[in-house]
Amino acid sequence: MNHSKAKIIRIVTGWISGALFGSGMIISGMVDPNKVIAFLDIFGEWDPSLAFVMGGALIVFTPIYHFMIKKRKKAINGDLFKWTSNTTVDGTLISGAVIFGVGWGVAGLCPGPAIASIGGGSNIILAFTLSMIVGMVGANQYLAGRLPLPIVGYRKNICAITAGATSDSATPSTNQ
Amino acid sequence: MEFTIPWASLFGGMLLGLSAALLMLFSGKVAGISGVIGGLLTPQKRESSWRAAFLAGMILSLLIVAPLGFALPDISDKNILLVSFSGLLVGFGTRLGNGCTSGHGIVGMGRFSKRSIYATLAFMVTAIAVVLIRRLLGAL
Repeated sequence: MNHSKAKIIRIVTGWISGALFGSGMIISGMVDPNKVIAFLDIFGEWDPSLAFVMGGALIVFTPIYHFMIKKRKKAINGDLFKWTSNTTVDGTLISGAVIFGVGWGVAGLCPGPAIASIGGGSNIILAFTLSMIVGMVGANQYLAGRLPLPIVGYRKNICAITAGATSDSATPSTNQ
Repeated sequence: MEFTIPWASLFGGMLLGLSAALLMLFSGKVAGISGVIGGLLTPQKRESSWRAAFLAGMILSLLIVAPLGFALPDISDKNILLVSFSGLLVGFGTRLGNGCTSGHGIVGMGRFSKRSIYATLAFMVTAIAVVLIRRLLGAL
């Protein structure tokens, strides 16, 4: 497939997936921080409905991945798959997940619902999104050894970073 | 109390799964929102336009679901300082941990990735603990 066609598919797929993703966020109720907190409040008045969001996502994604995507060498437009061969569960992964968990538990917002809510014009969402971007830039600087953190100081082991700083759940340095 | 299946949550979740599957099948990308944004902050060749298109689709999805009767909740009662602090942690943590609820929770878990399963457990347990602490402090 030629490059311009691959690029068109990449962009059109990106837009359609984004529209589906945002719609899913709003329809499912993930955009409501009160609902998210009620879902996390398992020792209080637990509202389990958001468990069905992840459940619903996994019953659709998992079979498509294992029966259609996994056996392919490349995506339909010819691009390589952007997941990683890295299977090491390390301190960076877990500490990042824990820090994210604290933020999620404090406000009930995570990146997806925030972006899907931007169009609502809420200054709360705007403040969250801008702080989140600042946090991301901070993390990139920390991973590159340029930003000291309280207690831990500068990052010493910088080698794993270029992989760590660019992709979600998968590191792009090694395809497939 | 009788339990009823939250159909909207289930259907909305299925749309998220469909979105992630289409994105990966057609163009090989991971539908992780923190990753999509993070990738725009450190742009690489052929990695920016689809991310911008994805985010544009997400932002405009509001208009797609509005005729179906779905609207955003009113959250103007939230404390903006607390929300901003939370945003810093969410941004920092998702980059350090390589993903959020979508990248790890849907795509990674769906792929049975060990890293994603551990990360999802870690952020779920932490968030549940934080909400419990807030409940004990009377802040809920």
